[in-house]
Amino acid sequence: MSLAAAPALVRLPVWRARFVLAAFMLVFAVLVGRSVYLQAMKTGFLQEKGEARYSRVMEVPATRGRILDRNGEALAVSTPVKSIWVIPDDVKASREQKKRLAALLGLERRELNRKLAETSRDFVYLKRQISPDTAAKVEALGIPGVYQQREYRRYYPGGEVTAHLVGFTGVDDAGQEGIELAFQSSLAGQPGSRRVIKDRLGRIVEDVESIRAAQDGRDLTLSIDSKIQSLAYSALRNAVALHGAKAGAIVALDVRTGEVLALANVPSYNPNNRSHLSGAQLRNRALTDSFEPGSTLKPFTIAVALEHHRISPSTRMQTAPGKLTIGSYTIHDAHPESTLSVAQVIQKSSNVGAAKIALELPRQQMWNMFERVGFGAPPQLRFPGEASGKVRPWQTWRPIEQATMAYGHGISVSLLQLAHAYTVFARDGVLVPLTLVRTGAPAHGVRVISRRTAREVRDMLELAVQPGGTGPRARIVGWRVAGKTGTAHKQENGGYAAHKYIASFVGFAPASNPRMLIAVMIDEPAGSEYYGGLVAAPVFAQVMQGALRMLNVPHDAPLEPLELPGKGDDAKEGT
Amino acid sequence: MAKLNLLLLLVLVVCALGLVTSQHTARKLFSDLDREQQRERQLDIVYGQLQLEASTWSLHARVGKIAAGTLGMHVPDPRRVVVVTRPAEAKR
Repeated sequence: MSLAAAPALVRLPVWRARFVLAAFMLVFAVLVGRSVYLQAMKTGFLQEKGEARYSRVMEVPATRGRILDRNGEALAVSTPVKSIWVIPDDVKASREQKKRLAALLGLERRELNRKLAETSRDFVYLKRQISPDTAAKVEALGIPGVYQQREYRRYYPGGEVTAHLVGFTGVDDAGQEGIELAFQSSLAGQPGSRRVIKDRLGRIVEDVESIRAAQDGRDLTLSIDSKIQSLAYSALRNAVALHGAKAGAIVALDVRTGEVLALANVPSYNPNNRSHLSGAQLRNRALTDSFEPGSTLKPFTIAVALEHHRISPSTRMQTAPGKLTIGSYTIHDAHPESTLSVAQVIQKSSNVGAAKIALELPRQQMWNMFERVGFGAPPQLRFPGEASGKVRPWQTWRPIEQATMAYGHGISVSLLQLAHAYTVFARDGVLVPLTLVRTGAPAHGVRVISRRTAREVRDMLELAVQPGGTGPRARIVGWRVAGKTGTAHKQENGGYAAHKYIASFVGFAPASNPRMLIAVMIDEPAGSEYYGGLVAAPVFAQVMQGALRMLNVPHDAPLEPLELPGKGDDAKEGT
Repeated sequence: MAKLNLLLLLVLVVCALGLVTSQHTARKLFSDLDREQQRERQLDIVYGQLQLEASTWSLHARVGKIAAGTLGMHVPDPRRVVVVTRPAEAKR
């Protein structure tokens, strides 16, 4: 090898160096281009991707508000439960695991297998609303493809006692009946969501933003007193059972505040277990059913006549021979008397007397009275399905209809409307607006009749529950009672059924300074006792006696044991 | 000049470390706060359940049954009850 040969070997063509340089430049340009592209053009997307590694959007659950009675006792409370769902395709479980899963969820093996076989679906509920304890055990099985979802379930500790009033919610926690439906918007919570940063261990380390604040539902305090409610329900249930009746309803009001203290219906149901419900059980008769009230309406007819000075309480009426024929229709009295004073028309519940008084009145005056005490219009409690009853316009009344309306036929009202209307007599002529929510403050009403008229009617109502009246069984020890019985034939197929009745009683106490008003209605009492004075009045007395004691109302009558009439013959009445 | 730069560098390092620590503390505190909030929710749930239980135990029908049956209590005769009115109420 010679040195002279070397330069000849390393001499390379100039273009090769340039080529390499160009190649480097090109690669460099590509890299710069790429980085510009990533930095400038796709920066938003990439940042989003990066954030997704550590930031999460979390659901913030909201609970439904509680429903409480006036003393803060719970009537409806939501508590969390779990629902188990699966992606059938992803479930990989051994026979043993499936067996234990089925046992935990209380499912048949076959049913579980059928649900797991629905591979075309991505979401199958295995079981909804199970207790958190069971859910924890399911989780411990560690089967892939089985997931849990948090839900709320509503519990009603009052059970059947408050069922109709409180109502219930569906599986999706939305109100379906009663108060739950009426106050859905304020009871329901608004679930929120927020964005957070989580660390490697899944702990939340930073709150980035609140996307929507969660709002818990507001608690609702009802006007109901659960002690009186319970008393009313059990008294009503016993009476309905005793008389073999089809159904019954009771309403209790605080006369001073217009608050509804109790509202119960029979038959009832258990809202915590609604698997076998019938329409009859669900019906809230006190509020959503209207019926022809019968004699309980007579005081309003008398009040119209007194108000317009057409009669006075002592005016004598000719009621012989205990019937009155108008056109082809004859009105009967259960106790035919020759003459009665106006007060005795109420006391003895004379249809003829009431009809005669009504026929002396202009139709419009009677209609005005019915309208002003709230008949024919819903009572505005915000309760779903409130019945408004039926009062025909006065222009269409024929004389016979005017006569029958005087004693509560040919007009229909709900029990709550009837109770509401009676506040006129209990509050010296003022109609008190009703409420289902606790107010605690005396309510201001509208004057419907004069103080004098109201007092006069109240005295007559007191007479009606004395021996010799139709409702002596409504009396209680220690307090004076005023009230009126009703026994109405039931309407059926456009006519009146011969042996189907609605027995009712509406009254208040203490008569000297009314505090509480109770209306009772018993539908189709079977057997020989079907008069309001025998069927409904004892329920009134039982509840009134207990409730006045609970409310610590001062006595206004001598504390002597009551003498009850033996056979209850006086209780007989035509309507 | 170099001395000043060194000093500033030192200050910068200290500040940076301070930032890191405070961020860490903040996150830790927040994590605690979150845990407490969860506990609050949990306690609220338990409270609801206890309220439910209390209502169930204190059902009027149950109390009445126990009072009359097991304890042999009865409602006093109205003649043996005196209702006392407060002066303010008596005036009304």
